[in-house]
Amino acid sequence: MEAKRYYQEEIETMPLEQLRALQKEKLLKQVRHVYENVPYYRAKMEEQGVTPDDIKELEDLSKLPFLTKADLRDAYPYGLLGMPLSDCVRIQSTSGTTGKRVVAFYTQKDVELWEDCCARAIVAVGGTKDDVCQVCYGYGLFTGGPGLNGGSHKVGCLTLPMSSGNTERQIQFMMDLKSTILCCTPSYAAYIGESLKEAGYKPEDNCLKAGIFGAEPWTEEMRRDIEKALGIKAYDIYGLTETSGPGVSFECEEQTGMHINEDHFLAEIIDPDTGEVLPEGSKGELVFTALDKEAFPLLRYRTRDICVLSRKKCSCGRTHVKMTKPMGRSDDMMIIRGVNVFPSQIEAVLLKEGYPPNYYIEVDRVNNSDTLDVFVELTAEQFEDTVGKFSARENALAEAIKTMVGVKPKVHLVNPKSIARSEGKAVRIVDKRKLH
Amino acid sequence: MSIRQLTVFVENRQGAMAEVTGELASHNVDLRALSMADTQEFGVLRLMVKDVDAALAVLREAGHIVNVTPVIAVKISDTPGRLAQALSVLDAANINIEYLYAFLTRTEKHAYVVLRVEDNDAATNALVSAGFKLVEESDIQKL
Ligand SMILES: [Zn+2]
Repeated sequence: MEAKRYYQEEIETMPLEQLRALQKEKLLKQVRHVYENVPYYRAKMEEQGVTPDDIKELEDLSKLPFLTKADLRDAYPYGLLGMPLSDCVRIQSTSGTTGKRVVAFYTQKDVELWEDCCARAIVAVGGTKDDVCQVCYGYGLFTGGPGLNGGSHKVGCLTLPMSSGNTERQIQFMMDLKSTILCCTPSYAAYIGESLKEAGYKPEDNCLKAGIFGAEPWTEEMRRDIEKALGIKAYDIYGLTETSGPGVSFECEEQTGMHINEDHFLAEIIDPDTGEVLPEGSKGELVFTALDKEAFPLLRYRTRDICVLSRKKCSCGRTHVKMTKPMGRSDDMMIIRGVNVFPSQIEAVLLKEGYPPNYYIEVDRVNNSDTLDVFVELTAEQFEDTVGKFSARENALAEAIKTMVGVKPKVHLVNPKSIARSEGKAVRIVDKRKLH
Repeated sequence: MSIRQLTVFVENRQGAMAEVTGELASHNVDLRALSMADTQEFGVLRLMVKDVDAALAVLREAGHIVNVTPVIAVKISDTPGRLAQALSVLDAANINIEYLYAFLTRTEKHAYVVLRVEDNDAATNALVSAGFKLVEESDIQKL
């Protein structure tokens, strides 16, 4: 019997016009809900001279003010709450690398809708009630575990709430209980793959068929490695605590981008510098408006993730817009000789070429032309005793970076551990240009 | 017959070379010969030392990138044209030399010439057949 392809078929395959109408109806209602119940956002609207009456069409969304991470910090803990606390049943929280943590609130309905989103992701990778779904995202304040756990229940999978860590036990349960779907971060999936190999298992020895991996950046190379190591198809999932958690968007069998659950989340792409809404197909910062969320109803929340949206028809039959994997963070974006460059792109090249991801980028302007210098830590494997071969290696790296980002850098190989490590987010860019 | 050369990565900045040699000196590692090749971007320092293992440990401990490169070294007697003869032997055997450097010895009446070639065995055979003597690691330790 062919597996069910959608969790909520009517919504997931809804014709665009109908979807638009649904979004419009929800948006108008949500703007009013927020205006009436969230004084913090109401003040922002008033500052901009906009009231719910000004929002009549989906296009009017751009009249509304943005929310940023800084707003979340300012409003901590209750400032953006849209419902009385007595109606809230749950919080989740992000491990912020800077400043205060973000605490998001959920009503029972919010939890249900979030879990529906995760259920859609599980069904999209072939999940049914006959599957055994091993969830090794962290449980607790982190949204990964609770989200996929709830989605797995909704689909009716036998759910293994493993949480992260204790790899030996993960492998034991995976083999003994014949897990078929694995949910975790891509780096942990890769680690499980290595551990299975070390324990003497071949990729075909496990019963896994698919993996749902998210919560951290990963590359196509990593996807192929994980697929090979575990003998599965590896799917991406995206989400952030501010908008509920994983399941805001997810990959289908096409593996060419993640369908955004547009009945719940209205997506826009903006120019991160001007805030201007960009036409479809442009690369820019992803902004979400939660259409259904009651307790933490963020409007126009700037994710800082840079990506591209596409409405190209998908062979899976879903009509919801697809987003690319985030290509970087808007706060990290550099414009060099008119080209948008993200440190994450450079990092991907380094990993692919066998260099450690310890690097540091210097941008400067010399004689009115931008310069890009990339400092990379050398490893013994990359070192050559002849100058010619070594120069060729350095040049190959510069060329590979040029192919990826469009700008050829000057590569400087430096001694290992000579680039400072910092706790949490590393300072990777020094922009010496005096442009402002 | 190959001997071990240490190849050290040297960053292109003031004092980088002094750090490497200083590190060796402070651990009493005896240098027998050195050769530096550099570009605007970096330097490659090649070392012959008395105690290879000790030097390797010292440099790695200090965080340097060091590789052990097997090279050959040939003894060249104090006769005019002898080096040219050795090189033409290799040339005749179609052996390409990537780099070479020479050092003098106090005790013996000849120079040692370190040769970096693609195929150490082929080079060794060619030189020995032509009557040349190759340097062994023990020769270097005795210097
Ligand atoms: Zn699809």
